[in-house]
Amino acid sequence: MKQRYSLSVNGAQVDVEAEPETSLLTVLRNDLDLKGARFGCGSGLCGACFVQVDGAVVPSCDTPMWSVDHKSVVTVEGLAGDDRLHPVQQALLDEQAGQCGYCLAGVLVSAAALLDTNPRPDEQAVVEALDRHLCRCGVQGRIVRAVVRAGQEPI
Amino acid sequence: MSLASTPPDIPTLPKSLAANPILSRWVNVHSDGVVDVRVGKVELGQGILTALAQLAADELDVDLAQVRMLPANTASGPDEGLTSGSMSVADSGPAVRLVAANVRALFVGEAARRWQVDAERVTVVSGRIASPQTPDTTSYAELAESVDLGIAADAGVPVKTLEQQRVTGTSAPRLDLPDKVAGRARFIHDLRLPGQLFGRVLRPPSPGARLVAVDVSRVADLDVQVVRDGSFLGVVGADEAQATRAVEILRGSTTWDERDTLPDESDLDTYLRAGPHEPIPVIEDDPGTQQHDRGLRATYSRPFIAHASMAPSCGIALWQGDGRLAVWSHSQGIHGLRNAIAQVLDLEPESVTVEHAEGAGCYGHNGADDAAFDAVLLARAVPGRPVQVQWSRADELSWSPFGSAMTADVNATVDEQGRLTSWAYDVWSQGHTARPGYAGNPGLLAATHLEAPWTYSAPTDPPAARGGGTTRNAVPIYGIPHRRITGHRLTETSIRSSALRALGAHMNVFAIESFMDELAQLVGQDPLAFRLAHLDDERGRRVLQAAARAAGWGQDTPDGVGRGIGFARYKGRGAYCAVVAEVEAEHDVRVRRLTIAVDVGRVVNPDGVRNQIEGGATQATSWTVKERVRFDRRRVTSDDWERYPILLFSEAPQIDVEIVPNPGLPSLGAGEAAQGPTTAAIANAVADAIGIRVRHLPLTADAVVAAIESEQL
Repeated sequence: MKQRYSLSVNGAQVDVEAEPETSLLTVLRNDLDLKGARFGCGSGLCGACFVQVDGAVVPSCDTPMWSVDHKSVVTVEGLAGDDRLHPVQQALLDEQAGQCGYCLAGVLVSAAALLDTNPRPDEQAVVEALDRHLCRCGVQGRIVRAVVRAGQEPI
Repeated sequence: MSLASTPPDIPTLPKSLAANPILSRWVNVHSDGVVDVRVGKVELGQGILTALAQLAADELDVDLAQVRMLPANTASGPDEGLTSGSMSVADSGPAVRLVAANVRALFVGEAARRWQVDAERVTVVSGRIASPQTPDTTSYAELAESVDLGIAADAGVPVKTLEQQRVTGTSAPRLDLPDKVAGRARFIHDLRLPGQLFGRVLRPPSPGARLVAVDVSRVADLDVQVVRDGSFLGVVGADEAQATRAVEILRGSTTWDERDTLPDESDLDTYLRAGPHEPIPVIEDDPGTQQHDRGLRATYSRPFIAHASMAPSCGIALWQGDGRLAVWSHSQGIHGLRNAIAQVLDLEPESVTVEHAEGAGCYGHNGADDAAFDAVLLARAVPGRPVQVQWSRADELSWSPFGSAMTADVNATVDEQGRLTSWAYDVWSQGHTARPGYAGNPGLLAATHLEAPWTYSAPTDPPAARGGGTTRNAVPIYGIPHRRITGHRLTETSIRSSALRALGAHMNVFAIESFMDELAQLVGQDPLAFRLAHLDDERGRRVLQAAARAAGWGQDTPDGVGRGIGFARYKGRGAYCAVVAEVEAEHDVRVRRLTIAVDVGRVVNPDGVRNQIEGGATQATSWTVKERVRFDRRRVTSDDWERYPILLFSEAPQIDVEIVPNPGLPSLGAGEAAQGPTTAAIANAVADAIGIRVRHLPLTADAVVAAIESEQL
């Protein structure tokens, strides 16, 4: 049975109908047309679908809708707001830190959360924050450089 | 002049252009100034479209931002075969350049005609067309309506010289990255066509399984349509969550007849050597018996390796009312896929259109073609509605073809001066291609599950002219007087294998370069010096020396840290790559740093080359220290990220890449150059660190312990 859920997504209040067990990822992608979070594994093991729920980074593929009612969700699309880039998104472009790019949206969500709590992370802190993310193309080195660089940009 | 004399040099069209000579198939100029370029090569995450756009921008004299790269399409774009083998810049580059130069010449000609000026003196800068003979200027945009590109390319139109190129050779940023960083819809998974439905397939539980019975009443309350054809079982519905749920319910409502069909994973060596084989003689010199020389022999192996792309495979299909079939796929070969679909369903190939849509990183023949065919089968049940099929992670890791397990024996002799005198090499493997169309087989997975199932012959190998498969890079680059090199390809196989980045070159370079270190040790020489003593190829020598210099070769390493080198020229005629690895090997193997030098000839995009080499080396590090497809005699068991772990951020090495410049020589692909040398360098570094040679991948803590134990026997 579908239920009605009310949540904030990237700052906007939305109401959606979904089965309680349907994943937040499915609703983001299919009902709210936010394609940034990607399906990678369905069990929270790869990081491609990571979003922030009330400030905590969670796998949206493994987050049922019943658990996000009245919560605040931020996806990669909401890190900076309309047509702007968060410093860490810009840093990824500056470092050309991507190949296929499928993992990047989730990586960016984790990186932005790290920068919120630790605005000047060193390489070790970045690696620890991103260690739940997989990248098969082998861009880890560039991504870490980019996140460190984002922390060094003047605010 | 006699009739037998050499004819004058008539310029000829590059191969892919000769097959598709009409300019408008490649380029269209719009009245807003945008130049659409449609190539036959596809974006796999490697940045090829950016590199080709750079070449086009230079020949057209437009800014890179004016060039729009369109997705490859079987109906409206050129057929350039597969995007594989690190051949895209080499194959497509000359075609794109000549097409763009032709287009520029036609626009210049039109401007000259209008102005009644000399075409030779017309200039084009950033798309603005001008002439010193007239104050007027015009542009591609303004002339777009007047220039007909529906004509064949003229091979005689000159292309830019190296000095004239402005965009080529620069590190232009990737065209696709802004979308990906912003999280915009970009992948095939993000496509939502009007009326699109979601499909899911319930794969058999094991490769040999047949569906005996299914109780569909269990999903009767879900809004999905069940589709069954033999052992192919799937669902289609408007709600993706319901379709996914329906498949999980059906999983518990099916009865399968399962059989043990898989080899013993703990003894792949026996499986690979048992045969039957097709022998692949590569070099048949008689190594002879060098009676007074010292000999050494060793056996190396690697397990099956998975593509393990970050995204599950995905395909979309739409059966149109007029019997035409439209397909969207992240396939590496859309024309081959089209033909294979037509072959299985007995359709005219012309009635099927396949358009490329980007997937996640593609490292060879993965599940892309299979997912597209799944979509075709499910969409057949709902004519007029597009159906998008997305695989599960488990299916991705267990049903995509694997890179074959391989094993090799090397046997060599050295004389008293420490020079190699003979080399005998045998390598056993399953074939390295089962792509759609191989050996006449459509190769599509679901076709083997139909009521009237297709059966396919064993995976085969690309021909030697394309670099071979099992024997790719089986010939050492080093000068050795007597050599015998033979491949042995299994002709009866029970695991699906196909092309995975570098094919057999990964294993062969690992074996050759490990053995070079073992021989160097035997004769008491430094591994780098031993290589250089046997290497005449000047480009190779420069690359080896560059990597060694950058890595501080010869300097002491801290306790517990080892350094090793690996080197190869991909396919014997592609890019040169030397890797120096620095590893810690205590409890397990940690790769700290890779220092790499490459020579890829003329570089279109230096940062693109670096990115490909870094990525290739990082992925090879993962293969080397972690990866092994696991199975019992019935099922593939490594079907999630816990049972098929890949390299983590905390395990990724620091990588430094030096490009050894060679701009006057043809471009050589960079995507597959680093894999073999990286694995060899790591293995050699492990031996340097612990004094024990580990010859069987992956180099896990268990493998190191096993090597120590076998050494002690």
